[in-house]
Amino acid sequence: MSVDGQDGAQHAQPGQGGDVLFEHVRMAFGSRRIFDDLSCRFPAGKISVILGGSGSGKSTLLRLVGGLMRPQAGAVRVGGQDVTRLPERALYAVREQVGMMFQAGALLDSFTVFDNLAFPLREHTALGEAAIRERVHAKLASVGLSEGEDLLLPGQLSGGMLKRVALARAIIRDPRYLLCDEPFSGLDTISARRIENLLRGLNRSLGMTMIVISHDVPSTLRMADHVVVLLRKAAIQGPPAELAASRDPLVANLISEDVDEAVLASGGVEGSRA
Amino acid sequence: MIDPTLPVRDLGFAALRFVEQLGTLTAFAGRALAALLRPPVRFGLLVDEVWKLGVLSLVIGCVRGAAVGAVLSLQGYNTLARFGATDSLGAVVGLSLLRELGPVLTALLFTGRAGSATTAEIGTMVATEQLDGLRMMAVDPMHLVVVPRLIAMVAVMPLLSALFILCGMGGGYLIGVTLMGVDGGRYTSNLIANVDFRDDVVGSLVKAVVFGLVVGLVSTWRGFTARPNSAGVSAATTSTVVTASVTVLLLDYVVTALWSL
Repeated sequence: MSVDGQDGAQHAQPGQGGDVLFEHVRMAFGSRRIFDDLSCRFPAGKISVILGGSGSGKSTLLRLVGGLMRPQAGAVRVGGQDVTRLPERALYAVREQVGMMFQAGALLDSFTVFDNLAFPLREHTALGEAAIRERVHAKLASVGLSEGEDLLLPGQLSGGMLKRVALARAIIRDPRYLLCDEPFSGLDTISARRIENLLRGLNRSLGMTMIVISHDVPSTLRMADHVVVLLRKAAIQGPPAELAASRDPLVANLISEDVDEAVLASGGVEGSRA
Repeated sequence: MIDPTLPVRDLGFAALRFVEQLGTLTAFAGRALAALLRPPVRFGLLVDEVWKLGVLSLVIGCVRGAAVGAVLSLQGYNTLARFGATDSLGAVVGLSLLRELGPVLTALLFTGRAGSATTAEIGTMVATEQLDGLRMMAVDPMHLVVVPRLIAMVAVMPLLSALFILCGMGGGYLIGVTLMGVDGGRYTSNLIANVDFRDDVVGSLVKAVVFGLVVGLVSTWRGFTARPNSAGVSAATTSTVVTASVTVLLLDYVVTALWSL
């Protein structure tokens, strides 16, 4: 287990294969500071799960990886390229290797489910309509949705279906990097387990580097190769088993299914950030 | 105690904000132009936008044009009758519509209908992260969302304005000739004799194109920069109507003056 924080202790060196690296990142929204000096690493070809309290900057972290936000200082390297310094056009070349599943789906609401999934293929590949149809239906099936649901509009989907369509769209081109913002929230146990197996399968078969935000501790423990816990002063990272055995009560409680009463009384993870 | 320098500071703040907004609008226009020149041409989306912004505005545009022409004819007849010049009614109605009322009123009505809808649509896409979703799919939202709407607005405005003018002339003819008793031949010949192709017809179309560009740029820019919540979308929509309307009225004078040189 390593602790990377304001002392900038340990983090991987730049240009290290397909790793995603955060180097001394400072990020704030106005006067509200999110990261003071965040350094952490998401290893290539592994499933990394981000844990942290509400408002700890988990979604912001994913948006930084995708270049949707630029930090006030520091570097975010994706496969060796610092996305914080890239011009917009060059950023699109990086994003072609990245799939992102947004927390609220971010599906195009005037497109049907089928067209939402087909859209990236039509934009970036030379596939014919028959091949696109086949790929779309295969991905829909992999997230547990049937062909009959592909004509629905996003507004006609339930919360769980929306999540699954968003995930299917994120993986439609089998990207090198997959960013998932809470893929299990709002899903029933069977659907959540299906998504978990799907993510693990994609990781094992394609070597996809995954960064997943999840509050689902059992899933995290089952699928994560690497866990990053976001705290105000530091990002604590390591294998889930090591973190679960941490002596830090905040870390141990975040990764445990039982929450210690003492941590609740102290205001939890959010309280610790004040 | 109230700080006596407060009004000056407020004025300074407002001036700075205006310059900042003008700067961001100019940068946005530059990005839109760059996206416009980049392939592929999204012809299907352009046709969709022309349909939504133009074709679906045809009926309301005709009704408004005819109503304005009718009122213009009625008011014009009563005024001209005082000077015994009712034969000039065709020219008065036609030139008023061609030079000013056609392009300006069409632009104002277009702002209220198409401009506000465009801002609300793009603003909602911002609020629901659809534009970020596009960016993460390596698709430039300027290219997919802004450019087709902008081209459609510029293309549709002169057509809507021309239709407004034609319907206005029809409405004016109906009231002037059938109701007020002006001779139809004199009405028409007076109109034809007084309309100059370059000064009036081309000038009117140029105004409509400029106004279409203004409404298109303002509405897409406001939507694109809307705060990502319902209040932000609402504020952006209101701002589009106010900004585009005032800009159209100010630019009307500028274009008229330049075209008259």
